[in-house]
Amino acid sequence: MARVLRWDVIIGLLLVAVFAGGALGSPSFATAGNLSFALGDLGEIALIALAMTMLVVAAEVDLSVASVLGLSSALVGALWDGGMAIETIIPLVVLTGALCGLVNGLLVTRLGLPSLAVTIGTLALYRGLAYVVLGDKAVARFPPQYTALAVDDVPGTFVPYPVALFVLLAVVVAVVLHATGFGRALFAIGAQEQAAFFSGIRVKRIKLLLFVFSGTVAAFAGVVFTLRYGSARADNGLGIELAVIAAVLLGGVDFDGGKGTLGGVIAGVLLIGLLRNLLMLNDVSTEIQSIVTGLLLIVSVLTPRLISLLRPVRTGTSALKGTP
Amino acid sequence: MRPMRLAALTAVLALGVAACGGTTKSSVTSAPAQPPASSAAAAADPDAPIKQGLKLAFLPKQINNPYMTIVAEAGAEAAGEFQGEAKEVGPSDASASSQISYINTLTQQGHDAILISANDPNAVCGPLQQARDKGIKIVSYDSDAAPECRDLFINQASSEEVGRSQVQLLAEMIGHKGEIAILSATANATNQNTWIEFMKDELTKAEYKDMELVKVAYGDDDDQKSFTETQGLLQAYPDLKGIISPTTVGVAAAARYISGSKYKGEVVLTGLGTPNQMRQFVKDGTVEKFALWNPKDLGYLASYAAAALVSGQITGAEGETFKAGKLGERTIGAKGEVILGPPFTFEASNIDDFDF
Repeated sequence: MARVLRWDVIIGLLLVAVFAGGALGSPSFATAGNLSFALGDLGEIALIALAMTMLVVAAEVDLSVASVLGLSSALVGALWDGGMAIETIIPLVVLTGALCGLVNGLLVTRLGLPSLAVTIGTLALYRGLAYVVLGDKAVARFPPQYTALAVDDVPGTFVPYPVALFVLLAVVVAVVLHATGFGRALFAIGAQEQAAFFSGIRVKRIKLLLFVFSGTVAAFAGVVFTLRYGSARADNGLGIELAVIAAVLLGGVDFDGGKGTLGGVIAGVLLIGLLRNLLMLNDVSTEIQSIVTGLLLIVSVLTPRLISLLRPVRTGTSALKGTP
Repeated sequence: MRPMRLAALTAVLALGVAACGGTTKSSVTSAPAQPPASSAAAAADPDAPIKQGLKLAFLPKQINNPYMTIVAEAGAEAAGEFQGEAKEVGPSDASASSQISYINTLTQQGHDAILISANDPNAVCGPLQQARDKGIKIVSYDSDAAPECRDLFINQASSEEVGRSQVQLLAEMIGHKGEIAILSATANATNQNTWIEFMKDELTKAEYKDMELVKVAYGDDDDQKSFTETQGLLQAYPDLKGIISPTTVGVAAAARYISGSKYKGEVVLTGLGTPNQMRQFVKDGTVEKFALWNPKDLGYLASYAAAALVSGQITGAEGETFKAGKLGERTIGAKGEVILGPPFTFEASNIDDFDF
């Protein structure tokens, strides 16, 4: 019973329902063109969500990801405008992202500051740096072979290249998170940090790594974003940290740490994206779209609580075991 | 440790590749520009009838913006005149990328034409091209998309006309005499700076020899900053006779300051403003006249232009003409631009005809 009621399973089923509903009710929904676009539109959020899932499982959060994306985009623009080769720019920018993550991680682990506070600070800081780098300008005209790489589908499919890359990375993260000692360490840290520490897990080292990974992925997402839109701007990706966190939440990852599955998060990302796409195709106004997404989120937080309240009643004895 | 090592490895590999030479800005820009995808092959037939039942979609910078809504409503009214329909959809925020998914949706829904006020000329380019590949005509209005990604741009007013007419408007009210100042938006706002250049050029003419531009101030399109900048201007230049603020935020903030100060009735303020923001200042006598294009005409013209494109009356080439209902015949200028006309002057007698 408990197994069936798991929230990530419910989200997965909801996703299937939305897809089936869309395919039946809206002729242009389940077409290769539309799906390719809808998936491509989720690429950056999905990529960042991978790193965010690991952080949230370890009871940390990184709110600066969208700003790192913006800084990365601004850097791509400024360096490209300055005549540097795109092949040099991309690794440089991704390294900068790793550095941004390192700063977050050091502040959290070495100074013991809460990640919420640290990354709210760097959210403003990195976005500010992005404006310092590029100002109000927009840089465009990137090499077509690279912009095509950010938009085009893998031949014979409706999966854009960035999404294919996401799938590969998702497999790696899923294995790391759910089938390795490192992954188990993350859950242990999230569930009971002190216990994890005393059982020999290098808590600080692992957290530092997670922040570096998060910054790296966000910066890479910034490169994808810039090439996909063909426009480098300091305000690119403004606010998408909330979309990422919404997807992680919707996917059933517990914000107190220690609980969650990557599958749930991926289903969460897809659910938000496809639902929005479907609502748009049916000319549902932007306001209603926000209301639907908002309600879905509240339900996603509420339902697991309700389930855990109901469960002791059903099984009788487990209430005595004092599961929190 | 694994993610770190992976990242480092990728970085090293990529840098290695980069060292073997790469793609730079100069190697891209030196490549021949893509020819415009507009159907230059299809000849225009100026006498073709406007097709019935056309489906047009207005995609403004953002919805719930009164100005944009008026444009789209006027567009729908025009569409009604030729038995078509027009709807307005769009994002709730005006960020560069927010329009993209709407372009995709409109493409999937199979509209005849998309009319867009682009938030970012380049970010919308790719999706607009995809729409055109499916035979959808693209008309930009208010804020242009990159020219190679649209068929026509309905320009609300030429920069030159805006700049010169602002000076003319002010000169007329201060009797062509005295110190004047400009309150602009940000120091690097492209449109504002172009207008200011034309204002300066206009001021070099003999008829303005007694007028002197003493200062260009920047209110950054921020209400509070524009308010304080106005205050600063008036204190620094006690002989100031007039202020031009070619930005809706600036002119409203300046009017608010002047209306509550001793300068009311002494210093003439004009600029580009919206009737709703300026109404009370026109009524209380702070501002006599200000200008802006007429958004109703903008939407109306955009709709007719889209219909003419879809019906094959025009292809978007320079010199072609089409009939735009009550606005009469219009000619396509260079770079596929159709100019709406000179800015419209709002004053006490007509301001109540407008609600935006």
